[in-house]
Amino acid sequence: MENVVCTFCGSVCDDVQFDTQQYKGKKFCALGMSKFSAKERIKSPMIDGKAVSYEEAIDAAVDILVNSKKPLLYGWASTVNEAIRVGVILTEKLGGIYDQCSSVCHGPGVLSTIEEGLPGGTLGQVKNRADVVVFWGSNPMEAHPRHPTRYSVTAKGFFVKDRKERKVIVVDVRKTKSARLADEFIQIKPGYDYAIFSALRMLVKGEEIEAEEVGGVSVSKLAELAETMKNAKYGAILYGLGITQSRGRDRNIENAVKLIQLLNRYTRWIIWPMRGHYNVVGAGEVPAWEVGYQYAIDFSRGYPRFSPAEFAVSEALLRRDCDAALIVASDPVAHLPKKAVEHLKSIPVIQIDPFPNMTTLISKVVIPAAITGIEAEGTAYRMDGIPLRVKKVVDSEYWSDEKILHEMLKRVEVRMGFS
Amino acid sequence: MGIMNLHIKNGIVIDTKNGIKAEKMDIFVKGGKIVQESEIEGDVKVIDASNKLVVAGGVDMHAHIAGSKINSGRTMRPEEMRIVRQTAGKLRTSMGRVLLTSPAIGYEYAKMGYTTSFEAASPPIGSLHTHEELDSIPVIDKAMLPVFGNWHLVFKYTAEKDTEKMKALIAWAIERTKGFGVKVVNPGGVEKWMYGGNVTSLDDPVEYFNVTPREIITELVKATEGLNLPHSVHLHCNRLGVPGNYETTIETMKLVSGFKNDERQVLHVTHVQFNSYSGSSWRDVGSGADEIAKFVNKADNITIDMGQPVFGHATAMTGDAPFQFNLHKLLGAKWINKDVELETGAGIIPLVYLPKNPVHAVQWAIGLELGLLTDSDKVVISTDFPNGGPYTKYPYIMAMLMSAKMREKEIANASPYIQKATNLPSIDAEKTLEETIHMTRALPARILGLQTKGHLGVGGDADIAIYDLNPLEVDPSTEYEVVEKALSTPIYTIKGGEIVVKDGELVQEVWGRTYWIDAMSQVSTEVIEEDLDDYFTHYYTIQRYNYGVEEAWLRAPEKIVVG
Repeated sequence: MENVVCTFCGSVCDDVQFDTQQYKGKKFCALGMSKFSAKERIKSPMIDGKAVSYEEAIDAAVDILVNSKKPLLYGWASTVNEAIRVGVILTEKLGGIYDQCSSVCHGPGVLSTIEEGLPGGTLGQVKNRADVVVFWGSNPMEAHPRHPTRYSVTAKGFFVKDRKERKVIVVDVRKTKSARLADEFIQIKPGYDYAIFSALRMLVKGEEIEAEEVGGVSVSKLAELAETMKNAKYGAILYGLGITQSRGRDRNIENAVKLIQLLNRYTRWIIWPMRGHYNVVGAGEVPAWEVGYQYAIDFSRGYPRFSPAEFAVSEALLRRDCDAALIVASDPVAHLPKKAVEHLKSIPVIQIDPFPNMTTLISKVVIPAAITGIEAEGTAYRMDGIPLRVKKVVDSEYWSDEKILHEMLKRVEVRMGFS
Repeated sequence: MGIMNLHIKNGIVIDTKNGIKAEKMDIFVKGGKIVQESEIEGDVKVIDASNKLVVAGGVDMHAHIAGSKINSGRTMRPEEMRIVRQTAGKLRTSMGRVLLTSPAIGYEYAKMGYTTSFEAASPPIGSLHTHEELDSIPVIDKAMLPVFGNWHLVFKYTAEKDTEKMKALIAWAIERTKGFGVKVVNPGGVEKWMYGGNVTSLDDPVEYFNVTPREIITELVKATEGLNLPHSVHLHCNRLGVPGNYETTIETMKLVSGFKNDERQVLHVTHVQFNSYSGSSWRDVGSGADEIAKFVNKADNITIDMGQPVFGHATAMTGDAPFQFNLHKLLGAKWINKDVELETGAGIIPLVYLPKNPVHAVQWAIGLELGLLTDSDKVVISTDFPNGGPYTKYPYIMAMLMSAKMREKEIANASPYIQKATNLPSIDAEKTLEETIHMTRALPARILGLQTKGHLGVGGDADIAIYDLNPLEVDPSTEYEVVEKALSTPIYTIKGGEIVVKDGELVQEVWGRTYWIDAMSQVSTEVIEEDLDDYFTHYYTIQRYNYGVEEAWLRAPEKIVVG
């Protein structure tokens, strides 16, 4: 058994162990174990379905990229920072679009940060101090199965030593598995998160609401929640796609952040997103330090421009703006709107991924990669930004994402006369 | 271009460490180092520096250039990223107004003749992120200071008054984080912020831990001196940004009166402008700079840096999270807060310093007062980037310190409140060019304990700036515009013996080193094993074996062994 770091979800559990002979693990949740189980791989690099060498595939990919007017380089949330960094520089040199999974996921959280900021903290703060935890539109039991035990529900910490000392509230449109863990479940009408945050802000300030209910919740119930929040010593709202991808999107989060700003005038509260893929945080942090923005970045003018309404993956594809695509560690064919996928099908696509998926089927060049966290190492950021080094514990013939991208960048620089 | 031999001919050299005061002389470079002429053989590139100022590359000892704080600032402030400094090509695209992308940070330092910069505060648990960003900054040499002042284990050993354990913790933490020294930010205050509070004095106890800021600072200084680290404790004082705080600052400085170190200061107090306010509120705020400078001048074991605000845009980012919350309330600005488990916190706020705003004008004046009234051997030029504004304005600050006339002109544009609240208008002192060169080169290098930086003596790193300025002829007092312009656009910046800037333009990208301190041989970590295991088993959310940074993960680490 080797100590490894799980590379499935944003919890990035770093206490798991992996038997490299049997491909069995200890302490993994079902989601993590599925990633670390033996399963079908892309066998070899391919051009038009025909097996080729890594060099040939990379040359073909570079041909496509340097002949493209505006390539889309998309994915990144399931690889390490070292690969992402090369990917950002590659996009910059090519004058393409860099986008990552956040644009169809937690991107609205970036927009609300631009509007109002983000009063947050690490998961250890929740574990050690939070006496009130609110899961809002998030469902850790199904999306981040070990989150409740490691960080947020039954986790025993320095000041909050016991589950009994922590009140857990779930706010959602349906009774999720996580709701069963909670001390209290508040069911709201779909699309009313914004209104409820506004109501809570009024109630915390002591203003009266002239209505019986807001968003399907009685005002007396909301007043009770407002009181619970004000009386917490250290509270945390952990929100999910339930508010980022429902009516209001970034405005929902912005309103939630304003509630947190207000609560900090009385006591301590933080708010934090429950990020999905294991390094989706890195997929935003790396371009932020390299070029200033987290996602939806266009380099066609030789410098980065950020505009989610134009340069996010779906929007760029719907506009037929890109004439080639490099997809790294992602499956846009399975997840993007049908019309966007249609355009993707009509342009040359290069895929880098350890596993075959829907996108493999439409890719002209397919380059298999080592599985990061098992066959390749690198840095990943947990959902709260804590950096962790994921491990290489198995030797493999497959090249790492970083190596593949680095070889591409080297060739692109030569072809474009930069080196 | 590669590393070549250089012969910098006929330059007018100022090298305060080696007592060279504007003398015409030649400098020889081989293998990235300054050498004797006799060591040069074979091909030599000759640089004619006749009538030009030749100095060591600048050393920024306190800036926020890497890690989760500045990067969250970039995310929150796309408005800061709209300035295009360079488009993509052979070199990287370079972006930013005051906040800068990592490539821009390295490029802009080089374009000013600076070759070394220290990230001034990194949460220990986040050090891998800090190093990733440092590794993405081209050209300069760098290092980072992990923060200690609100770490639960520091509180524990402070309460126990156990210097051996504190020494072991510091050595262990610096090795694990690949850090350079001991940064302390609002000791005790950030822990109190976790429940909404802050400390109000040096003797304000931190609940549960039974320690006071006075005790935390004293114990950390004691341990740092015990380890004899190259750099002293680097302190961001309590009560930052609070009118009347200058008295706390002086009281804090008095804490080290019993300590002495032959090589260096025993306490570096940073961005002191923010801790030099008299008065009781923002309505009657004034300058305490005079008192602070007097104290520092008298003490033989304290150094400071200015934390000079520059009128224009800035971003406040500090581990002093409660202060940032107050700024958020005061300005109604967007606000990032980052509580970090068991160790520290941070906050980020957009900011603009307006000359007509009485408070901003007073802050601006106080910074300059500190620079003018403090001995040139004890005060370093800094803006606490990006808190006081861009480091690209260091030449402006140098010019201001050298010219009463320039200050007079600038004061005329600022709020008249400074006439009443500060002494700046009546100060006619002027630093010499030699002094401002000292305050940006040899002095910060000495304070940090960097032997090969900040000077041009044999054995020094060949980090050199050549400016179009003849110190034997120029009068900085009257020709301040010429001086500022010349210091902003070096004719050459040479980093590790390679020419990176020519005529103010970047000509190639090189990569510097990351210094870190290994003091492990001086301690036995056995005394803290049990506590570390306890904390990692029960309170941290990561495993002990996953905590920290290995040298192999860094681009170009350079270990400095102490003891």
